[in-house]
Amino acid sequence: MNTFFDMGGYGSYVWPAWVLAIIVLAALTVVSLRTMRARERELSKLESDSPRRWRRDLDGGDK
Amino acid sequence: MLLHRYANPTRFLRLANAVLPWATGLTAILIVAGLYFAFAASPPDYQQGQTVRIMYVHVPSAWSAMFCYAFIAVASAVGLIWKHPIAHVLAISAAPIGACFTLICLATGSLWGKPMWGTWWVWDARLTSVLILFFLYLGFIALANAFDDAGRGEKAAAILALVGAVNLPIIKFSVDWWNTLHQPASLTKIGMPSIHPSMLTPLLLMAVGFTTMFVSLLIVRTRSEIAERRIRALRAARIHREAAAGADD
Repeated sequence: MNTFFDMGGYGSYVWPAWVLAIIVLAALTVVSLRTMRARERELSKLESDSPRRWRRDLDGGDK
Repeated sequence: MLLHRYANPTRFLRLANAVLPWATGLTAILIVAGLYFAFAASPPDYQQGQTVRIMYVHVPSAWSAMFCYAFIAVASAVGLIWKHPIAHVLAISAAPIGACFTLICLATGSLWGKPMWGTWWVWDARLTSVLILFFLYLGFIALANAFDDAGRGEKAAAILALVGAVNLPIIKFSVDWWNTLHQPASLTKIGMPSIHPSMLTPLLLMAVGFTTMFVSLLIVRTRSEIAERRIRALRAARIHREAAAGADD
């Protein structure tokens, strides 16, 4: 197992590369999902307390 | 026209939501398989030793970074020429994803360069053109958000994306046009790719996994952007009606 983590002496380059990639992509995923949920929640709140007629106007009547 | 059927956010969202679970599931399977082949089922390289395992994240992120930019350039062109309403939304939603892939490409390349070339960074044509790609992404994001009027911001950003597209062939052919320290392509050589199947497998699995990940994130970010625009429109409509109601009194 130690030889696996040692990576033939290159462990200090191989592991940071992968860890960094995983952190960047995980952070992007979390931020994207959180933003989407927050905005969709806010939108449905706004839509539920604005009259139906306004929304129809916004959609250009194509709904 | 088929294209315009998807111009309506409602129709577009229906399609996107149907694709999302498949794209997410595929991403998970491909990346887990890619990691297995990258670390367990492939040998060290005869020249690079174990550092070859950095390639399995470096090369797919580079491909994804360029693919994403090409997508933004095409979406920007569609938005500018046909005024397709979803096109700019897609381009703006894709930009941060591409910026992240470019950042990963640069950082992992640097971590490979230090042990193999003896330097973290060199101003050769390939590295410099990819750094420019990163700045193009940042410029696009900044420009899209620089105007109070979102319509002007997205147009300005789209023009930048189209002008910057000239950088894509420069990145691709930089290793052939100039004497770079960066090695030329191994996969797209004329004839057979000069890479053993045991190393090609993790490379391709990660590359396709990154592509489906791009699709998943793009859908999530596009939904977010559409919701944001509707919130803005509803707020504006409310202020407008309230002002009109006030004037009537």
